Amino acid sequence: MIRVNDLTKTFKDFTAVKGVSFHVAPGEIFAFLGPNGAGKTTTIKMLTTILRPTSGTVELDGLNPAKDKMAARKKFGIVFQDSSLDVEQSAYENMEMHGVLYHMPKKERVQRIELMLNTFELWDRRKEYVKKFSGGMKRRLEIARGLMHSPKILFLDEPTLGLDPQSRNQLWTHVKQLNEIENTTIFLTTHYMDEVERVAHRIGIMDHGGLIAQGTAAELKEQTNTASLEDAFLALTGSSLRDEESSSTDQLREYAQMQGSGK
Amino acid sequence: MIVIYMLWLRELKRFLRSPVQLVGSLAQPAFFLVALGFGFNPVFEQAGRGNYMQFMAPGMIGMTVLISAAFSGVAVLWDRQFGSLKETLVAPVPRIYIMLGRTLGGATVGVLQGVLILLLCMVTGFRPQHWYAVVLGFGFVGMISITFAALGMVIGSTLKDMQSFNVVANFMVMPMVFLSGAFYPLDHLPLALSLITRINPLSYGVDGLRGTLVGQWHFNYVQDMGLLGCVGVLFLIVGAYCFSKIEI
Repeated sequence: MIRVNDLTKTFKDFTAVKGVSFHVAPGEIFAFLGPNGAGKTTTIKMLTTILRPTSGTVELDGLNPAKDKMAARKKFGIVFQDSSLDVEQSAYENMEMHGVLYHMPKKERVQRIELMLNTFELWDRRKEYVKKFSGGMKRRLEIARGLMHSPKILFLDEPTLGLDPQSRNQLWTHVKQLNEIENTTIFLTTHYMDEVERVAHRIGIMDHGGLIAQGTAAELKEQTNTASLEDAFLALTGSSLRDEESSSTDQLREYAQMQGSGK
Repeated sequence: MIVIYMLWLRELKRFLRSPVQLVGSLAQPAFFLVALGFGFNPVFEQAGRGNYMQFMAPGMIGMTVLISAAFSGVAVLWDRQFGSLKETLVAPVPRIYIMLGRTLGGATVGVLQGVLILLLCMVTGFRPQHWYAVVLGFGFVGMISITFAALGMVIGSTLKDMQSFNVVANFMVMPMVFLSGAFYPLDHLPLALSLITRINPLSYGVDGLRGTLVGQWHFNYVQDMGLLGCVGVLFLIVGAYCFSKIEI
């Protein structure tokens, strides 16, 4: 479903992603783990056509996103690290906009909105403005929206960041359920090992821009001779801290938090 | 088409749903109108230039429309990282539609602001020469709106951080307003200032507004409309190009 070959991204003097290759089978849940600045988000951005790779190839359900941008974009849904909801509009209006952007006919739009909002337990709150939603509700709405056009692939970039255990639990229950019902392939990144062990079929570990290991949780533990995934992760990536310089995006993010999260 | 319409509608809804912002955006021009309009009127009349409120009101309309339109474009900087713009950038829709929807939305909001500020001017004593002068005047309001919404789009697509946002606000918007003839007549200016006012697109917008609304021209209708039109199209093209190049 996803086929990546020797993917590389170089910014001026810094290589964020170095020759990453992997593939994800249809219906599989694949997780990217890695310390901050490892290149996970940059990889997702290249897979989702918002960043042009320096070199290497990407294939999404047989399509090359660099050539067939529009067709490839219909194949996936994405939940970004930073919320991309329109907080000044209602949950329903957010869904409706998505349906229009993905060329869904009116009738199908209405049906899918109801189905998705019901699945993610947001139907009763559909008329409320998103700015009144809690962090967990916003995330659920974003996932519901990402799945609305029945994509074959769903990208989740740190979807549970900042959520309480209850919301995290509920979110993964829904995601697993949809993976089973609609057979959606899921590509996710996270920092939480327990989540990965719970939901992911296979795991890729990234560090310093390279993909240094991949396999099932059991395989990774066996490979590193460790008892837990966390130990395996530390054995592979080392225990030194990553003090990267904050980018302009981080600065914007801090500003956003000061302003009371996401305008 | 429906995508452009939905994005346009979204900008409009945002504007209509936040009454606080709506009132806030009128506070500055209202203050200028009252303080400067009444304050400078005696001197202006003694100099034989007529009523200052009549002179300045078109300038205030131009200023409000410019600020509203320009900031709707610059908001792209914020919106592409933390707002719904990012969602539209990965959607299977050509970027040009998204850029047009947003720019037209921003421009429409600018025009609505123009209506509100015109009413406000009339409260403080401004009177257009004819009722149909208002119709002609709004041709210029529309041109200013589109031109500067497109310019805002160029800036919002190119900038990378919040600091530059403030720099733009201080070093672009305010000089454009103060060097446009919104507050004073453009004749008998020192050469340097005169040159700057001539390359400032807002000068032609303000002149067009003043000419149509109260019949005082510095340039003329054709020159004002023609120049604004050319600059507007140029900004739209550059804006569409910059927007198509956005990477997050």
